[in-house]
Amino acid sequence: MKDIRRWLMVVLALLPTASHAYELSDWTSVTQAAKGQTVYWNAWGGDPRTNAYIDWVAEQVKQRYAIDLEHVKVGDTAEAVTRVVAEKAAGNEDQGAVDLIWLNGENFAALKNNDLLYGPWAEQLPNFSLTAPGQNPEVREDFTLPTEGYEAPWGRAQITFYYDSARVDEPPRSIPALLDWAKAHPGRFTYPQPPAFLGTTFLKQALLALTEHPKALYEPVDQADFDAVTQPLWNYLDALHPYLWREGESFPSGGPQMRQLMGDGALSLAFTFTPSAPAAAVLDYQLPPTTRSYFLDNGTLGNVHFVAIPSNAQHKAGALTVANFLLSPEAQAHKQDLAVWGDTTVLDMQRLSPSQREMFASDSRAAESLPPQSSGDTLREPHPSWIEPLEQAWRQRYGAQ
Amino acid sequence: MSTAVAYRLVVGVLPWLTIALLSVPVVAGVLGALAPAFGWLPVLGGERLTLVPWRQLFAVPGLVDMARLSLVTGLASAALSLGLVVLFLGSFLHTPLYRRVQRWLSPLLAVPHAAAAIGLAFLLAPSGWVARGLSPWVTGWQYPPDFAFPGDAWGLSLILGLVIKEVPFLLLMSLAALVQCQARERLTVARTLGYRPLTAFLKGVMPGLYPLLRLPLYAVVAFATSTVDVAMILGPTTPPPLAVSVVGWLNDPALSMRFMASAGAMLQLLLTLTALLIWWTLERLVARVSRGWCRDGRRQCGDRWLAGIAWLAMRTVLGLMMAALAGLALWSVAGYWPFPAFLPWPPTAHNWLNAADDLVAPVWQTLGVALAATLVSVVLVLGALEAETQRRRPMRPWAQLILYLPLLVPSVAFLFGLVMMQAQVGVRPGLGAVIIGHAVFVLPYVFLSLAESHRRLDPRWSQQARSLGAGPWRVFWHVRLPLLLTPVLTAAAVGFAVSVGQYLPTILLGAGRVVTVTTEAVSLASGGDRRLTAIYALLQLLLPAIGFMLAMLVPRYVFRRRRDLLPGTD
Repeated sequence: MKDIRRWLMVVLALLPTASHAYELSDWTSVTQAAKGQTVYWNAWGGDPRTNAYIDWVAEQVKQRYAIDLEHVKVGDTAEAVTRVVAEKAAGNEDQGAVDLIWLNGENFAALKNNDLLYGPWAEQLPNFSLTAPGQNPEVREDFTLPTEGYEAPWGRAQITFYYDSARVDEPPRSIPALLDWAKAHPGRFTYPQPPAFLGTTFLKQALLALTEHPKALYEPVDQADFDAVTQPLWNYLDALHPYLWREGESFPSGGPQMRQLMGDGALSLAFTFTPSAPAAAVLDYQLPPTTRSYFLDNGTLGNVHFVAIPSNAQHKAGALTVANFLLSPEAQAHKQDLAVWGDTTVLDMQRLSPSQREMFASDSRAAESLPPQSSGDTLREPHPSWIEPLEQAWRQRYGAQ
Repeated sequence: MSTAVAYRLVVGVLPWLTIALLSVPVVAGVLGALAPAFGWLPVLGGERLTLVPWRQLFAVPGLVDMARLSLVTGLASAALSLGLVVLFLGSFLHTPLYRRVQRWLSPLLAVPHAAAAIGLAFLLAPSGWVARGLSPWVTGWQYPPDFAFPGDAWGLSLILGLVIKEVPFLLLMSLAALVQCQARERLTVARTLGYRPLTAFLKGVMPGLYPLLRLPLYAVVAFATSTVDVAMILGPTTPPPLAVSVVGWLNDPALSMRFMASAGAMLQLLLTLTALLIWWTLERLVARVSRGWCRDGRRQCGDRWLAGIAWLAMRTVLGLMMAALAGLALWSVAGYWPFPAFLPWPPTAHNWLNAADDLVAPVWQTLGVALAATLVSVVLVLGALEAETQRRRPMRPWAQLILYLPLLVPSVAFLFGLVMMQAQVGVRPGLGAVIIGHAVFVLPYVFLSLAESHRRLDPRWSQQARSLGAGPWRVFWHVRLPLLLTPVLTAAAVGFAVSVGQYLPTILLGAGRVVTVTTEAVSLASGGDRRLTAIYALLQLLLPAIGFMLAMLVPRYVFRRRRDLLPGTD
């Protein structure tokens, strides 16, 4: 039965429908138009906890707005980007199969630069003001690029190191100290192979700590002397690699494989982009219970992740409504709950009522695996134009041995 | 219109439909990737033809190594698999061991490549099962040592992973071929002339057998030189084989990389063609060199030694596969399972229970898509084969080649183009598109498994039925199809298994809206939790295994009073 209904819906979708007009300035018209739409949200599906959270969102928007939210689980955000590109290449302007994408950084820059995004809309979301963009400029900035309302903030990430306290007494607290630590513990640390997202982030983190011209990293790369700025990084990596896992001759494919290696005991120090991830993995039997996490003393890279709507999305009103719900105190609090996902909120606590604030009270399970709340400055992401040259230079030096 | 004319019409049209189904997507897909390789993709600002993508491609550090790695691992694994299969068949054909192995073939074939690779990786990694079994009492390791396997720079682990999957495939393909080339009769003659078993096989049967294995072997070479999933799990990374890099470039957030990625996909196509050319040349060489040897009249060639090697190697291959699967099964019930614990203790159902809710929808969709794609393929293949019988001549070589097209052209080379074409002609992503996409890959395998049995069907049965006044439909439904029931069901089971294992066509043509156990498995595998990966891998294996079981049991039930229609124990 259900399948027949689905087929019918496909057939109906093919018919020229009376367009559900809406005005971004009139939010009720958006939720009206959203009613009954099926929103296809393309989001990385590699984490069961994230998937479960998205399922919860789907239930909520079904109840509240009569929207059918379908989580399209992609192994890589690029799969969704590929589809948008292919559709646009074929002249599909308003029947796109992707309604909402979870993304940030390079993917956003690429889509926006190629005019593949719908917008601006984010700042018209009723809940956007709860992020207090005046005090928190990072919700309007994606890897230094102004978002200009083409994507709405969803959560926060920050580089967090974690180690097995049963094997490591004193983990390194800075990038230079990491080299000494690796020399003392050969084969027990590594980083994902760039251009894997987390691997490139490690390069940027190390570069920020080592270079003599950190300011240059916040300008487009062609305005800087790339070699001069990055030379300290290559010297550092040349020294570090012999002491890495497999002597730096091969690298894990990404954060998940690195966590797997930690779980197997092959590594004793690793890092992640989600501060709560190690604690969550302990609860999930993936990491030893003795796992501890921390930030580096001089701060670690942090960024905000977003949701965006492709310019040819078929169900824009529905996507807008979902994006607004994602920013609601309730959805953000549920997301931050360590038992659910543990992804840090983008809302500003000052803007919330006391009862709303209470929803964000923290969970005590596996709390000792969490990084300390107070410490750790967040370093801003460099300009995205640095990513490609950094990855290329890395590939040139270490990619083919 | 009389039914006979209708029959003729249907049988006349189906082969053309088959050819269209196989060639249109592949050709359109390749063309779709060809244009961006020369800079043409207006939506990304590519509005004139240029060689820049190729220049960028050739400037990629380690490109030569990538290409060499793909070529060497592909050719080596195909050669090793062929060698092993030939030695094994030669030494053990018609023995109890052979029959035992034969029984395991289909289920082994059902193991998806990625699942086999993950299992093998867990088995042999420094923190893997073998190391756990020996630690710390033999090795003294409290923590996993740091050696580079799998993922060694030589690609040995990749070759091993490919061999354990290719051997069952080639064995299955040779089952039909052995009958067709009258291996039994040839062997009997050779043995009466005093040839030892293996020598008799190599000198007497191989010259007839090899031509029948040629196309399946080409498919193996093509797959092995262009595999992405197995190479990602077992292959080296600095640099990786070419196909892995191409997928990486295609997935690069910088959209300008797409041009170079398309050039890379074209290079992959050329590389696979080169590998096939090399194989073909070697084939010629071996044929020429061995001609004298075949006729020198010597009755033995180290038979016992080679039989021993074949026995050991086959045991190793099958044993590795079983152990890999056992490791996966354990992970699916593991809690925290640290090194060097040999077993996960205490086992827990927690992982299965947690996953159970999310399993229902994918399982149904997998079944639906696989059954539909298999049905389409079986109908088309039967139509093509019936047409062949009617015209009383075998398929032309070019038509044979088209059958293999989807297996010979690396999927990275045509799938992106295919998505563009899908959008271009306005096919909605969803179940329909996915089913057609699957059929493209399922059909060749169904054809491979069914063709020989169909061609061997004694024409006198239908002649007799006709002379008794039955029309062509009746002959088909009541005589030919029942006679072919077992092979048709086996072919359907193979096709079903192939469909269950498809990842890229499902995700690309369905825009991710069609969720199968394989798409779930791959996206969850990107999260790196072995427990979940194991659960989905086991499901990926269970569904086809059920298919194979049905293919075995249904004829037994249907023919419970016609025992001679059941497959013999050959």
